[in-house]
Amino acid sequence: MSATRAEICVVACAEAWRGDGEILAAAMGTCSILGARLARLTFEPGLLTTDGGALLTAEAVPFGAPAGAVEGWLPFREHLWLVQNGRRHVMMGASQIDRRGNTNISAIGDWARPKSQLLGVRGAPGNTICNPTSYWIPKQSTRVFVPEVDVVSGVGHDRAAGLGPRAARFHDLRRVVTDLAVFDFGTPDGSMRLVSVHPGVEVEQVRAATGFDLTIDGDVPETRQPTGEELRVIREVLDPKGLRYREVKA
Amino acid sequence: MGVVTSIEEIVGSLESGMTIGIGGWGSRRKPMALVRAIYRSSLTDLTIVSYGGPDVGLLCAAGKVRRVVAPFVTLDSIALEPHFRAARQRGAVDFTEYDEGMFMFGLLAAAHRLPFLPTRAGLGSDVMRMNPALRTVRSPYDDGEELVAVPALTMDVALVHMDVADTRGNGRYLGPDPYMDDLFAKASGRCFMSCDRLVEPGELGGPPQTLLVSRMHVTGVVETPGGGHFTDSGQGRDEMFQRHYAASAADPEAWAAFADRFLTGDEAAYQETVQQWREEGR
Repeated sequence: MSATRAEICVVACAEAWRGDGEILAAAMGTCSILGARLARLTFEPGLLTTDGGALLTAEAVPFGAPAGAVEGWLPFREHLWLVQNGRRHVMMGASQIDRRGNTNISAIGDWARPKSQLLGVRGAPGNTICNPTSYWIPKQSTRVFVPEVDVVSGVGHDRAAGLGPRAARFHDLRRVVTDLAVFDFGTPDGSMRLVSVHPGVEVEQVRAATGFDLTIDGDVPETRQPTGEELRVIREVLDPKGLRYREVKA
Repeated sequence: MGVVTSIEEIVGSLESGMTIGIGGWGSRRKPMALVRAIYRSSLTDLTIVSYGGPDVGLLCAAGKVRRVVAPFVTLDSIALEPHFRAARQRGAVDFTEYDEGMFMFGLLAAAHRLPFLPTRAGLGSDVMRMNPALRTVRSPYDDGEELVAVPALTMDVALVHMDVADTRGNGRYLGPDPYMDDLFAKASGRCFMSCDRLVEPGELGGPPQTLLVSRMHVTGVVETPGGGHFTDSGQGRDEMFQRHYAASAADPEAWAAFADRFLTGDEAAYQETVQQWREEGR
């Protein structure tokens, strides 16, 4: 049973929550939502997940399915308080990301009169300064991995360092997962480092899709393959309709 | 106490230049019947305070808006709001852009007559650069932590939509999320509430914790069946119609046709036209 790229990505996203214990796994994007629920159904059973709305589901539910039995209530107002509380690890998207982990979902170009107005900062400033944050980027390219983001929606390591240790004490960027590779910020200056490349991806390919200097330490391992059980859960339980392939081609 | 009123009376009591809060969230339980009436009105120069959705988009399309105060503008199932994008990209509206949590703290401050509330959200991000008037505040305790002082988001008028309300102006929501509608009601000088169904006092039913908005915060209440359309209110979002809205909004000619068909008449005409559109099987 060989895994598709999308399935490698789902598992790589799931790995972001390994060791998190009893916190909310909040996710945006198909593979990251599937990843959160997969982690809960396999190696991280303490995680809390939602129906994509205001309900904390008693069990991890298939993508797009109704909540079924519920174990808690998390309307937007409570979700925003939970960000302040901190028992939450969010995996967001980003239209731009730089080598220090600053991200942009607000606007492309000059903010005062953008070339392209995007969503707005949404919860990115609060998420990044209050609780662990990872990113899921379904299509890595030099348009996304840029030297400098146009608007800092999510706070990166240089910005956090500038705030001083007190204000930045909850700032915690964990990892970035793309369709090509996995990254973290495990360098002395908190800049991005290549952790693994997905099976079938060359390191050069990742470098070519990155618009800044990437830290690459020696031989880069391959992102791990899903286990048989993980593949079964993805294919038969969480995403039988294959919605993951709308995000990452098979 | 909320007086039973009409859409026309509510919009007739508004003035150009006002700061108007709009409840709901994204494309969810928005008081769209009231928004459509503002769209048709002669009001201009409005400041709109909103977890933005098609409410913001429609009012931008009509040139009613001078400033938007929001953490996002989205149609949820369609990520980007085309009219808001167009207005921003041609420099037609000013934008006060806050983090979602900051925005809630601004509502909480206004609802409780506080000048500001402190939060970490915003620190280190460009929210501080985009809003140069924002100030920080230092904890007077030993930690000495510096936090964002989110100013109160006080509004002249707030508009919210509830599933059920009584003739005194008490409002109840039926879905899983109250959004911030009670805060909008408390943070404004006057709050007008539309509802799908208006009942007599004492007939609201349901668990008391779903009685979100109290008549003490409501100036007027109006029954607008389907008044949240096409946002998610009760029966879910009208995704097909929202797609029609978004596709039309992306093209000037298609938008002229959409506006001519759906937005020139009153609310009853709108509901009837949507029904006809649906029967055409579009």
